[in-house]
Amino acid sequence: MSNNSNLYPGLNLGDGHGEAHEQAESTVFGFWVFLMSDLIIFGILFASYASYLDPVGMAGGPGPQDLFDIKSVAIQTGFLLLGGVAYGGVSLAMKYEHGRARVIGWLLVCAALGAGFLFFEVKDFITQAGKGGTPQVSGWLSSYWTLVGLHGVHVFSGILWILAMVAQIAIRGLDEVLKVRLSMLGVFWHFLDLVWVGIFSFVFLVPLA
Amino acid sequence: MSGQTSPIFGNLNWNVTPYTDLLRDVNSSTIVGAGAASVLVLGAIAGVAFLTYMRWWGPLYRNWLTSPDAKKIGVMYIVLALVMLARGIIEGFVIRAHQATALGTLTAQESGLVAPDHFAQLFSTHGTIMIFFVAMPLLIGLINFVLPQQLGARDMAFPVLNQVSLGLTAAGAALVMVSLLIGKFGTGGWTMYPPYTGKIFSPGEGVDYWLWAILISGMGSTLTGMNFAVTIFKERAPGMHMMRMPLFCWTSLCVAIMLIYAMPALTVSSLMLVLDRYADFHFFTNASGGNMMNYANIFWMFGHPEVYILILPAFGVFSEISSTFSGKRLYGYTSLVIASMSIAVISFTVWLHHFFTMGQSAGVNIAFGIATMIIGIPTGVKIYDWMATMWRGRVRITAPIVYLTGFFLLFVIGGLSGIILANPSIDYQVHNSTFLVAHFHNVIIPGVLYGMLAGIHYWFPKAFGFRLCETWGRRTALLFVGGFIFTFMPLYVLGLMGMPRRSPTFQNPDYMPWMYIAAVGAVLMLCALASLFWTFWTSYRNRLSLAVPGGDPWNGSTLEWSSPAPVPEWSFPRIPQVTARDDWGEAKRAGDPWKAPERYCDIEMPANTAHGLLIAAAATGLGFAMVWHIWWLAILSFLAIPGLIALRGLRVIEPKIITAAEVEEADQRFRQQVASLAPATRADEETERNRGVPDISEFAG
Repeated sequence: MSNNSNLYPGLNLGDGHGEAHEQAESTVFGFWVFLMSDLIIFGILFASYASYLDPVGMAGGPGPQDLFDIKSVAIQTGFLLLGGVAYGGVSLAMKYEHGRARVIGWLLVCAALGAGFLFFEVKDFITQAGKGGTPQVSGWLSSYWTLVGLHGVHVFSGILWILAMVAQIAIRGLDEVLKVRLSMLGVFWHFLDLVWVGIFSFVFLVPLA
Repeated sequence: MSGQTSPIFGNLNWNVTPYTDLLRDVNSSTIVGAGAASVLVLGAIAGVAFLTYMRWWGPLYRNWLTSPDAKKIGVMYIVLALVMLARGIIEGFVIRAHQATALGTLTAQESGLVAPDHFAQLFSTHGTIMIFFVAMPLLIGLINFVLPQQLGARDMAFPVLNQVSLGLTAAGAALVMVSLLIGKFGTGGWTMYPPYTGKIFSPGEGVDYWLWAILISGMGSTLTGMNFAVTIFKERAPGMHMMRMPLFCWTSLCVAIMLIYAMPALTVSSLMLVLDRYADFHFFTNASGGNMMNYANIFWMFGHPEVYILILPAFGVFSEISSTFSGKRLYGYTSLVIASMSIAVISFTVWLHHFFTMGQSAGVNIAFGIATMIIGIPTGVKIYDWMATMWRGRVRITAPIVYLTGFFLLFVIGGLSGIILANPSIDYQVHNSTFLVAHFHNVIIPGVLYGMLAGIHYWFPKAFGFRLCETWGRRTALLFVGGFIFTFMPLYVLGLMGMPRRSPTFQNPDYMPWMYIAAVGAVLMLCALASLFWTFWTSYRNRLSLAVPGGDPWNGSTLEWSSPAPVPEWSFPRIPQVTARDDWGEAKRAGDPWKAPERYCDIEMPANTAHGLLIAAAATGLGFAMVWHIWWLAILSFLAIPGLIALRGLRVIEPKIITAAEVEEADQRFRQQVASLAPATRADEETERNRGVPDISEFAG
């Protein structure tokens, strides 16, 4: 099983670390599998959202035209996607061994951009609730809050994970185990962008179009 | 309700136990309820006392609960499943006993052993337990034990995650068990369809017990699926190509893929119902744009693949035992692989047949009806393959073969009644009747239960070093076959006579003869359960005469039979180099299979950890606190989980090293023992002469 095709490309473990590469291979692959499972959760929530997106599902409550602020959504998109780009900095700093400080620095940039996204998202939620758009009003609003909220929870967990990684790097140093974990975090962080592209298009743009 | 919620104890008070009901009104229903609670309490006390008396707490903690060894985790899953099986079968018996006494009249409608509400709890817990806490842990446990050994791997890809999965499953099971004593369980059946299970119609803790048990254990199953998939894709021994894997590994792969894709649907439907019940969302309510049909759809997007998650490992077991116990190579390996994968894929396209009557168009119904009938084809292929495997083989009628024979006879009937139900126009006539109940028991009992018990019988010596008593094994199998026939065949008739499922009472005296026959069957099932436990006990007592230290009691052909019994923690002294399908069989054909490896190396094993145990405790606390609205405990337990994970992440965890010398010593001892034991022929397989070293000249498979 230790042929070269197994090497995980995003890592620099140095030469002669065949076993570590193999471990990275199966761990990161496992994380991809986990995300596929997570994607099914989002997929079902997308389908539910579509099924409630009609006058019956809205049950006379406020609809997309009343609640969505596309400008704020665009700002959130900017924050999140830039956060994804910033993670490229983490991966490169790790791969080319630019040192611990650089890796931590990029991680904190990612966390800050993620926090910016969450700030505007929560602000939107509060505004929408103020306009009478709480999830208790209609089936459509329940599915909207659940889908977008679950993505927000994912971003929040991502930030916590980033902070945990910063602590781990500070305490343990950038060892092989942490490199593998950073690769997984990267996959997760980009996965959130991917889901957001779906949310931006189907949740916000489709009903407004 | 929320008005009386105490900040410390939530909705808990002294009136939630079945003893309060008993004190209020003594009748058969409250006696059964309090009796069940007492069995739980006394059982727990007896267990604690026994462990303390034997001074087993330390060994239990060190060798089992903190072990990340997949083989031990597998055994623990199966023990959990057997405990839950006992409760499930007893509940089944009470259900049958109730219906046998439930003939009401128009004036006195409530009759029978238990009250209608109690009866509803019984069939809800029975279904929930049998699917989620018997069938699932049985198959996950068996796969955990067998899969790494068959693949030539030392362990699962993620041993500690495996421990966490077990912990989450056990936490779910614990919640269902606790509901016997504290509060009530839901009454919505194992599917818990809203809007009946929404807050308006089902206030109180019952549905919440189900929701949290399912959410927590479902998370465990998702992680397990991921673990199996990565193990199969990445941890195979060198040379173990996909098409060289034993069939059981293939069906495990199907199960893994299905767990990964199907379990999230259950998580979503349960989470939505949680939001409806706890936060007044409107996913499935009658008012405000809710749509309960979404629940049925999402639930069965999980539920139907789940049926095949349950059955496929049993198909894997039958593939192994039909070959081993006929001394023949498995017939149609490739067709079995294709059939398994086809079943796994098609199973995702049939979910709608669970609600043909929900009101979608005839066109949609017929599409799903046809898909449902198509899935019968690969299943049929498998049955023929196994029969062809046994054809002209030297079949030994061991307990697994009795199960297999019972499976052949009964499963085909169950499958055919499924094809009948797959026709929407017929389904309109018999849906929601006991015909359906008979159908799914007819596939699940001969399929899953027989398959898993056969598998346990087959691999038991590998885990514990001695065989199970064949005589009692066969008796158990025959009792399960007879019990099944008497219990469920009458339900087909009753269904066609028009009896709705889950009826707490009925007024048609024509049902009664069939009810009595079914009750006799339930007694037989109880006897089968007792016989099963007696098999374990009597085999344990005779463990010296049943010991098979040679490790290959059935003259098998797959890798797991190359190691000693009981199998050491490291499974293989060296990771084997696989050269053929049925590698161990090839080694036998080549002459000297028990060759020692040329040299020994240090073996790295994952170190013991209490991580899984702590996460299980936090998950149990979270579930219980949410059920009873004890918010402080819920928050604490919820925060404990990421806290535990973060803490573990900070530490550098060193693996446990088993030195080459230690491995060599143990392995050499095994090789010498094999050389000193007299080989047993197949005719001697059931006798004391079978010491686990088969006569390889007889090997023909």
